[in-house]
Amino acid sequence: MSQTPTSNSKSVWRSLDWFTILLYGALLAMGWMSVCGASYDFDQAGNFFDFGTRSGMQIVWIGTSLVLASVILATDDRLIESFSYLIYIGFLVVLFITPFLAHDIKGSLSWIKVGSLSIQPAEFAKFGTALCVSKVIAAFDLRMDRFRDFVVCSVLVLAPMVLIVLQKETGSALVYLSFFLMMYRYGMPGSILFTAVAAVVYFVVGIRYADVPLWEDTPTRLGECCVLLLIHLFSVGLMLVYTALRMPAFKVLAYGLLALLLAVGTDRYALPFDIAYVQWGVMAGMMLYLLYLSLRERLLRYLYIAFFAIGSVGFFYSANHVLTEVLEPHQQMRIRVLLGLEDDPRGAGYNVIQAKIAIGSGGLEGKGFLNGTQTKLKYVPEQDTDFIFCTVGEEEGFIGSATVLLLFLLLILRLIHVAERQPHAFGRVYGYCVMSIFLFHVFINVGMVLGLTPVIGIPLPFFSYGGSSLWGFTILLFILLRIDASRGRLSR
Amino acid sequence: MKEASQKHYQLQKRKYVIGGIATIIILVYIARLFFLQLMSEDFKQNADSNAFLKRVQFPARGTIVDRNGKLLVYNQPAYDIMVVMAEQAGIDTADICRTLGITPAQYERRMTEIKDRRRNPGYSPYTQQLFMNQLSADEISSFQEKMFLFPGFYVQKRTIRQYQYPYAAHVLGDVGEVGPEDLENDDYYRRGDYIGTQGVERSYEKVLRGVKGTEIMLRDARGRIKGHYQNGKFDQPPVPGRNLTLSLDVELQALGERLMTGKKGSIVAIEPATGEVLCMVSSPTYDPRMTVGRQRGKNHLLLSRDPDKPLLNRAIMGQYPPGSTFKTSQALTFLQEHVITPSTAYPCSHGFHFRGLTVGCHGHGSPLPLVPAIGTSCNGYFCWGLYNMFGNRKKYPTVSDAMTRWKDYMVSMGFGYKLGIDLPGEKRGLIPNAEFYNNAYRGSWNALTVISISIGQGEVNLTPLQIANLGATIANRGYYVVPHVVKDIQGEQLDTLYTRKHRTMVDRVHYETVVQGMRRAVLDGTCRRANTPMYEVCGKTGTAQNPHGQDHSVFMGFAPMEHPQIAICVYVENGLWGATYGVPIGALMMEQYINGKLSPESEEQAKIYSGKYLITPIHYVANPNIQ
Repeated sequence: MSQTPTSNSKSVWRSLDWFTILLYGALLAMGWMSVCGASYDFDQAGNFFDFGTRSGMQIVWIGTSLVLASVILATDDRLIESFSYLIYIGFLVVLFITPFLAHDIKGSLSWIKVGSLSIQPAEFAKFGTALCVSKVIAAFDLRMDRFRDFVVCSVLVLAPMVLIVLQKETGSALVYLSFFLMMYRYGMPGSILFTAVAAVVYFVVGIRYADVPLWEDTPTRLGECCVLLLIHLFSVGLMLVYTALRMPAFKVLAYGLLALLLAVGTDRYALPFDIAYVQWGVMAGMMLYLLYLSLRERLLRYLYIAFFAIGSVGFFYSANHVLTEVLEPHQQMRIRVLLGLEDDPRGAGYNVIQAKIAIGSGGLEGKGFLNGTQTKLKYVPEQDTDFIFCTVGEEEGFIGSATVLLLFLLLILRLIHVAERQPHAFGRVYGYCVMSIFLFHVFINVGMVLGLTPVIGIPLPFFSYGGSSLWGFTILLFILLRIDASRGRLSR
Repeated sequence: MKEASQKHYQLQKRKYVIGGIATIIILVYIARLFFLQLMSEDFKQNADSNAFLKRVQFPARGTIVDRNGKLLVYNQPAYDIMVVMAEQAGIDTADICRTLGITPAQYERRMTEIKDRRRNPGYSPYTQQLFMNQLSADEISSFQEKMFLFPGFYVQKRTIRQYQYPYAAHVLGDVGEVGPEDLENDDYYRRGDYIGTQGVERSYEKVLRGVKGTEIMLRDARGRIKGHYQNGKFDQPPVPGRNLTLSLDVELQALGERLMTGKKGSIVAIEPATGEVLCMVSSPTYDPRMTVGRQRGKNHLLLSRDPDKPLLNRAIMGQYPPGSTFKTSQALTFLQEHVITPSTAYPCSHGFHFRGLTVGCHGHGSPLPLVPAIGTSCNGYFCWGLYNMFGNRKKYPTVSDAMTRWKDYMVSMGFGYKLGIDLPGEKRGLIPNAEFYNNAYRGSWNALTVISISIGQGEVNLTPLQIANLGATIANRGYYVVPHVVKDIQGEQLDTLYTRKHRTMVDRVHYETVVQGMRRAVLDGTCRRANTPMYEVCGKTGTAQNPHGQDHSVFMGFAPMEHPQIAICVYVENGLWGATYGVPIGALMMEQYINGKLSPESEEQAKIYSGKYLITPIHYVANPNIQ
C-alpha cells in the first residue's frame, strides 16, 4: 500500500482513528456540561452561550480547538516531525522568558498576555517536548537501558520541567515526570520506576501519617509503621520476581508478619510499646538472611534486594529528618501544603473537604444537570478548573462520574493500542508520551479531588475550564492521530 | 540477533504492565467513588435534605494595647441585617420600616441598590445580601423579636472596633469594608468582609484578622435548618486574631495631642536604644471612634473635606525642610570627611558672604569653633563647611563626586528613603543628588549653588519621623534601629528589621562632639528654655524658611544626655522660631515621659501652649448618640 504525498489528504480521513475522535468528542461534550454546571448562577437562566460567561467562553475554546485539530490533520506529519527540534527549542526560550513577562496570578508567574488573551506556555510545551524526545529517540536509535541514552532523554525532559518550576507552577512541572513511563516502555529498567514509585510512597505515607498514632495510648506512629511494613513487603515482592527460589521469600514474609502480629497484639492488649522496634528487628533479620542467601546461592541479586531495603529505610528516615529538622518552618509548610497535608482551612485542606462533601452528596444518580448546590453556591474553590470533577460527581452522581473515568480509561488503552501499531519509532514513542501525559493528569487531578493524591493544581483534560489547557491537549492528541493516519506509509 | 529480538519481546510485554497500571488506577478511583457516593453514612441522610448552608463565622480581631498594657482598641458586637431576596415575600413593609427606624422610601432605595448588579456585582437572589450594617445590640433586639414576621431576613453577628481613648487615630488606623484590589489579591476575603485600611490595622492586618471559620448546616427543601452536617465534623471554628502591643505611651500621646491643639504639625518621640516610637502626633487629628458605626461614611467625608487635612499623618507623610536641626548631620559629615576638626573655626559676620552670595545669620561671636557654632546655630559656619567640602578638588575630582559622597552620608543617616516604619503610606523625603542638580541646572552648578542644603533649606526635605530618628541616632552616638510602633506581636517574633542596628558612616567620637554642641544649645544657646535641673537635655532648634508663609518652628532633642530615654522631634507649621513652639513643647514632652508626669509649673505651661492657636481648632469627636 504505497501512497504518493498528493493522495495523502484523502487517505487521512479514511485511515483516521475515528474511535479516539469519538472518545475525544464525548469527553469534550461532558466537559462542557460540567463547566456549565460549575460556573452557572441560579439566575443566569440558560445563557450558556453568552460569551460573558465561562460556559460561553468554553464554547469558544472548544470551537478553536476543533479548528486547530483540522489544521493539524491537514498538515503533513513529516513536516511536523521535521520541525520537532525547532518547536522544542522555541518552547524552551518562551518558557525561559515567561516569568519576566508574566503578571502574577495568585503567586504563579506562568501566564503571559498576547493581546487580550492570557496564555500559559507550560500547557503547550508538553507537546513540544514529546515531539523532540520522540524524534531524538527515533533518529539516534536510543535505548533506555543504556545509561548514556537514558541520561540524554532525561535531560530533554527535565529542562522544561526546571523552567516551569521557576514559574512557580510546580504542578505543571511534575507532569513531565510522566515521560518516565514512556521510557519504561522503551527499556528503562523496571527497578528505576519501581524505586521511584516506592520513594514517593514512603515519603507521602511517612509524612502524612507521621504524627498519627496507630491507636490511642501507643507510642507507635502509623506512618513509620506502614512504611516499614511496605519495605518488608516490597522486598518480598522483589525476591519473588527476581530470584528463582520461592521458599525463602515466603519464609521472610511469614516470619515477618508473625512477628508484626505478635507485636501489634502486645501493643494493643498488653503493654503499649513502639512497634517500630520489632520491625527494625525484622529488617535486621531479613538483611542477615539475604546476606546468607547470596553467599549460599552465589547470587548477587539477594545482595541487591538487601541494598534496596537498607536504602529504603535510610531514605525514609533521612527524608523525615530533612523535613522536620533541616528545613525552615515556612519551607516545611510549603511542602506539607503541596502534599495536601496541611489542613489550612482556606488552603489545600479546605478544598479537599469541600470536594468530598460535594461528591458525596451526588449519590447514585446525582442531582441532575445544573442542580448541584455545593458547586453552585461556590463552596468548592477552583470549581470549574482544577476541581471540576466535583461538579461531575455532584450533578451526575456515581453513574456519571464512573462513566467519565471509564471513558478516560478507554482513551488511554486506545492510545496504547495506537502507539503500538506505529511502524516507525517516532510515532511509537510519541504515542506513549501522549498516553503517559493523559494518564498522569487523570491520575493526579481525579485523585486529588477524591482525596487520594496530594493537591497538585493541574487540569483534568477536556473538562477543566481554560483555553490553554484545552488547546494543549488537543494539539497533543491530534498530532498523534495525524501520525497514525499515515501508518500505512512504509518509507519515511 | 536472537537476544535482541528476545529483548524486544520482553519490552513488548511492558504494554500490558502500563495498561494494567492505568486500569488499576481507574478501578481504585471508581471504588473510592463508590464508597464516597453510595456507602458513606450521610448518603441516606442526604436523601431528604437537599442543600447545605455554609455559614461563615467571623473571628474576633486582635486587641491593641499600649506599651504599659493599657487597652487601646477592643471589639464590640454589632449586627448586620441580611436579606435573601428569593425568600422574602408577603412582608409588611411598613412594619419592618417602623421596627428598624427607616422610611419606606429608604427601604425601597436599599432594595433597588441590592438588586442593581452594577453596584452589587455579587448579587444573587438565593444568597444573603447585606441590608443594613453595624446595628448595636439595642437596635437589633426589637428587630429580632419580630423576625419571624419577616421571612428572608437574617441577622449576622459581627464585631466592630471600639476605642478606649480618643487619641492616636493615625497610628491605630481603622477597619473598613474590603475593596476590589484586596479582593483580587487575597483569596481570604469575600465581598463585605472587613479589612484594616489605615495605620497598624492595615500593616498588621494578617496578625489581627485571625482566620474565618465555617459551619456547614443541613437545610431541607423548604430552607429550614436541620442542624449541623455530620454533627459538625466538617465545621471549622474561627481562630481569633492575635493581639498587638504598641510601643506608644498613651499618656505621652495624649499630652502631645493636647499641646498641638490648634496647630498644624507633628511630634514624634523615639526610644533611641530600641527604635520604639513612644508617641506619634499629627495635628490636626480626630477621634478614632469616628471611624466606626454607621456614621463612618459621613465622618470620613467631613474629615476629607477639611482643608487642614486631619486625615494626613504628617509624622510620616509630611515632607518639610528640616531647617537648622539638619546642621548636626552636616557637622558629623564634615568631621568624618576631615573637612573640619572640632577646633576648626570659621568667621561669621551676620552671615556667610562670598562672591556676592549672602546667607544671613544672627549676632554672635566670630570666628567660632564647632561646639558653639551648633549651640548658636550659626549659618555661616556650616556654609563654610559645605563650601570647603565641595570645593576640595584634591579629595573629590568633581563637584558631582563630592555631592555623591555627601549624599551617601545622608542616606546612611536614614534620609532620602523610607525608613521602613510599620505603618502604611510613609514618604521618603528628598535628599538631592548630583543628577538632580545636573538636571535642574543643566550641569552648571557648584558648591555655592547648593549651599543652602548645609542649613537644611533648599531642596532638602525630611519627614518629622526622619528628624526624630536623627535625634535618636545622635543619642545612640552613631546608630539607629528602624523606628516602629509595634513592640510585641502575640505568638510571633518582631521582624529583624526592627531589632537590627543600622550604623551610619560616622564614627562614635564625632557624635560625642555633636552631642556637646547640642548640650551647649540647651545650656546657653537657642534651646535655653528646655534646660532643667532634673536631667541633662540636649537639643537643636530649627527655623525652617517657608516661602509660602510664616516660618516653621522645629525642635529636635533627646534626654538624658547619658543613657538617653527619649529622642524627639517637634514640628509646628508656621510656628516662627524654633524657640517659639518647638522648644517648650519638646521640653514638656520629655518631662512627661522621663518623670511620668508634669510638675505643677509645667502643667501651667502646658495649659498655656495648648491654648495658643495658629489655626481654628476643630474638635473632631464621635457623635455620642450612636455609641
